[in-house]
Amino acid sequence: MTTLTPILSKFWDHPQSWTLGTYEDNDGYQALKKALGMEQSALVAMTKDSGLRGRGGAGFPTGMKWSFLPPPDGGPRYLVVNADESEPGTCKDIPLMMAAPHFLIEGVAITSYAIGCNHAFIYLRGEVVHVYRRLLRAVEEAYAAGHLGKNIHGSGFDLDVTVHAGAGAYICGEETALLDSLEGRRGQPRSKPPFPAVAGLYARPTVVNNVESIASVPPILLHGADWFSAMGTENSKGFGFFSLSGHVTRPGQYEAPLGITLRELLDMAGGMRGGKKLKFWTPGGSSTPLFTDAHLDIPLDFDSVAKAGSMLGTRALQIFDETTCVVRAVDRWIDFYKHESCGKCTPCREGTWWLKQILGRLEHGVGDEEDLDKLLDVSDNILGRSFCALGDGATSPVTSSIEYFRDEYIAHLTHGGCPFDRDASALFATEKASV
Amino acid sequence: MEHYGEQTASGFLHVSAESKEPYADDIRDSLHRDAQAIIARYPVKRSALLPMLHLVQSVDGYIAGRGVSFCAEELDLTEAEVSGVATFYTQYKRHPNGEYTVGVCTNTLCAIMGGDRIWEAVSEHLDLEHDETSRDGKITLERVECNAACDFAPVVMVNWEFYDNQTPESTIALVDDLRSGVAVKPSRGPDRQVSFKEMSRVLAGFPDGLADQGVGAGPASIEGLKVAHQHGWTAPGDSASGAPADAAEQAGQVKDERAVVRDAAGESLQGARESTANDKAGE
Repeated sequence: MTTLTPILSKFWDHPQSWTLGTYEDNDGYQALKKALGMEQSALVAMTKDSGLRGRGGAGFPTGMKWSFLPPPDGGPRYLVVNADESEPGTCKDIPLMMAAPHFLIEGVAITSYAIGCNHAFIYLRGEVVHVYRRLLRAVEEAYAAGHLGKNIHGSGFDLDVTVHAGAGAYICGEETALLDSLEGRRGQPRSKPPFPAVAGLYARPTVVNNVESIASVPPILLHGADWFSAMGTENSKGFGFFSLSGHVTRPGQYEAPLGITLRELLDMAGGMRGGKKLKFWTPGGSSTPLFTDAHLDIPLDFDSVAKAGSMLGTRALQIFDETTCVVRAVDRWIDFYKHESCGKCTPCREGTWWLKQILGRLEHGVGDEEDLDKLLDVSDNILGRSFCALGDGATSPVTSSIEYFRDEYIAHLTHGGCPFDRDASALFATEKASV
Repeated sequence: MEHYGEQTASGFLHVSAESKEPYADDIRDSLHRDAQAIIARYPVKRSALLPMLHLVQSVDGYIAGRGVSFCAEELDLTEAEVSGVATFYTQYKRHPNGEYTVGVCTNTLCAIMGGDRIWEAVSEHLDLEHDETSRDGKITLERVECNAACDFAPVVMVNWEFYDNQTPESTIALVDDLRSGVAVKPSRGPDRQVSFKEMSRVLAGFPDGLADQGVGAGPASIEGLKVAHQHGWTAPGDSASGAPADAAEQAGQVKDERAVVRDAAGESLQGARESTANDKAGE
């Protein structure tokens, strides 16, 4: 049996959870003080030893990312936190930064010290103004308390932190597009190599890490790499947020060791809404291939989910019950990818457009069975041929839905339109019906 | 329905003659001071462009021609370079925006949970389509993409503040209140709803002093924490200090009821872990 492990969410129910005072009452900034007495290389080694893998979706080992920076050459090195959380279904970093922003700020200070950075940036998506207020306030408090600024706690280490608000573009979650955006340009991905570790922000060595990854650093330092790696599975150490949304009784944030299953999580969340049957779900956002009720017992760790044909991604579990039309769901996701494609490369720019045309037709019962092959063909021409992962991600819901629900696509054609009642899926429709 | 590929038609950068009229001297001076403060945050000047575009929106309510010129002058860029950036990002508005941007999430999760019905109801109620503004200048209606609040679906944003768990009725009441000047309050945000221009100034990095208002976490954000408290579950090495006594009792009951299910799940989990370990993907 897996149990929940509230670590980053431990005091979110405190009425003033976001303040420095509350954070310090919960061991806040103790890890920073410890870090400043350590060798930088020891901090990198500790993070490697912990097994922490990036929490932004790709799962790249965080400590290894830090160690890829070239040796110091006297010029600036940067830490950029990716707080552009925009992957459909993903809703963990935003509540974390709203409820306990100091986890992130302390993590930024420790990481900056570890990699030799004196100016760190937090790139927050622009569409969450209250989170921006909280981050600005947290940075202000941290400066006032001497956790940021010049000669932090007498260590001789200087750090400035700039919190930067984006302006609405999913693509800026891609790390090189994020860097271009932070440089004041259109957010379009760069060619790699060079990787950001070598030539990132302002063409200087740069580490780009997700919010949750960086926020996990203070607890790891405080309790030790062994403490962290004792949680989770063989290649997926530690804890993380599992964000349950959709047709579950109690959607929300469930912080648990990696490797927990949806069956366990559903049990904790009160099961499916109204006792209905699970139909399909995303393990890690809309860019990860769909799972069905056949995947309830897959351990939600990087390897197990990959072996079952999807990706752990951001642990954004969007859960849909039997009332939901999968064609409608996929059609709407493709609307999103089409809208958010940055236009830089042809396979994604044109391909998402074509996918949308065909899916829109199918959802309305127009077209024929050959359209399904066309969808797969277009997907095949996007996957692996796009400039960045946005295009690849767009194909995931299309190909996986055809794999598991081909009959449902056909039913739209034989029915002459969508055979589902939209109102049956809506939350308020159910509430009304049950009153 | 006939335009299957068309979700939106957002139009072009609107540069009306009056939008090029120069700023009054005092406004221009304060914009310049703010721009200097923004530029000082970055090692390289051009990084100031996104916050500066938010800044000019806080004065003009959209990206006006004079705003583009101003950013270009302050940052030594061409107007084409500034326009190229301004038109890339959806939060920069190409024509005068209403006092309140009301954004209904119609990405898949929210749409299915009721966002589509909310959109239809409020669009009909206001007689507005996507990115259109009411005649009184109060409301600009938008379909918005996933705003990272899926556990509060269906979600509506007003000037990028969260209004959680909405219904068609609650959203119609919300826009009616906004139009008639009745005070409204976000579910997770400050005690009052700020205007589009006020919000834009915050996004330019100038705090409005409202950070300490509102909740830390909404109800869905702490569902997992509540479950942990009920069962007395903690992270390794932590004491269960947070668990109220009565909740611990309840937890005992819940545990009994569900023990069988969990044990079964635990066994299969163990099996899967072993097979994962044996597999050792040597990538």
